[in-house]
Amino acid sequence: MPGPVREQTISVTINGEVYEQEVEARKLLVHFIRDVVDLTGTHVGCDTGNCGACTVLLDDKTVKSCMLLAIQADGSTITTVEGLAGDDGELTPLQQAFSKSHALQCGYCTPGMLLSATYLLEQNPHPTEEEIRRGIQGNICRCTGYVNIVEAIKSASEGAA
Amino acid sequence: MLLREVEYARPESVDEAVRLLSSREDARPLAGGQSLVNVMKTRVAAPEVVVDLSRIDELRRIATGPNGELVIGAMVTYDELIRSDLVRAARPIVPEVALTIADVQVRNRGTVGGNLCSNDPTNHLPPLMATTGGTMTIRSLEAERTVGAGDFFQGVYLTAVTPGEMLTHVTMPARQPGEGDGWASVALGKDGTGIVNVAATVRDGRARIAIGCVSAVPVVIEADADEVAVPKAVADAQLDPPDDVHASADYRRHLAKVLAWRAVQQALEGTA
Repeated sequence: MPGPVREQTISVTINGEVYEQEVEARKLLVHFIRDVVDLTGTHVGCDTGNCGACTVLLDDKTVKSCMLLAIQADGSTITTVEGLAGDDGELTPLQQAFSKSHALQCGYCTPGMLLSATYLLEQNPHPTEEEIRRGIQGNICRCTGYVNIVEAIKSASEGAA
Repeated sequence: MLLREVEYARPESVDEAVRLLSSREDARPLAGGQSLVNVMKTRVAAPEVVVDLSRIDELRRIATGPNGELVIGAMVTYDELIRSDLVRAARPIVPEVALTIADVQVRNRGTVGGNLCSNDPTNHLPPLMATTGGTMTIRSLEAERTVGAGDFFQGVYLTAVTPGEMLTHVTMPARQPGEGDGWASVALGKDGTGIVNVAATVRDGRARIAIGCVSAVPVVIEADADEVAVPKAVADAQLDPPDDVHASADYRRHLAKVLAWRAVQQALEGTA
């Protein structure tokens, strides 16, 4: 890349699809995902890096997309909540467990929770309750529905056994 | 949130990075962005140029030197520290402490260099650098220099890294036989921001203690590693910690004594 730029065309693969767009350097990744690519499942909660509602998988690791410039993600592969279910729309076992265990109330934190829990179960297929709670520490549920969220993750992990 | 307009550069070598950092007065290195991007939102920081260090391979390495010392690149993330067998073997306290930083997402992005260079008084790594004898290597356009914790940490959000310079790596000696490390902290919720953090390294019955969150830079104290001498040395240091909504200055002083002894105890139990 030549000298500093104010905007640049980036190429990002989101949920298997390649997006090439010119972005301003100041644009946060979460706004690129929501406003440019129009995938609005990724939520803006606190916008201060605390709540985790904007969590996505970036090159297979969870990140808070409000604490990243879109331009930093150039060349990367991203999965958002829209990319979890199969092409036929069938929900993942974790998503089904969220539904079954009533692991959402208002639903605002749910996309971030699902991404963090997906990452947790990839890293650790049989987490203890303590490990589940630490795994979703970066995600705040303001309905305080943690008991059912933990329950859902636990049952999905058992289902995967 | 819409940030103030900013220019962005993504160098692929340290040479190119320091050239960019020196070329403009208000150019800032961008590491994991877990602090800088947030302060750019509030406009507390509004750099003209951010220099993204993420694609410089040599900053991402963890290696051991000829004497077993750890050489950790500035762009190594907390998550990579936690997963590194080299780090665990040489200095097991490092991954143990890194695992208590914030949350999974922050550990996936946040870096060693960012933690040290932001030098927030509540950060975890500055006290650890002070007790383990770690050094920081800083590059400028013309030169490279290596400084210890005492010279590196200069004030709140202030380090020896001046405009145009960047931290490239830290070097941390491996534990010597008979040496042990400890860490004790009381935080705002589990793995939250520290109210008081204490690191300790013990060797031959002597403890080197570094207390975080109580001053602009880690407060380093040496004492005999016993239950009487450690709290007394902390009391004698006459700490002047902040007094805020989370804890009074008196409570922080109290915690510093209690946690210093806990950290020393852990160091005594886990000697190499």
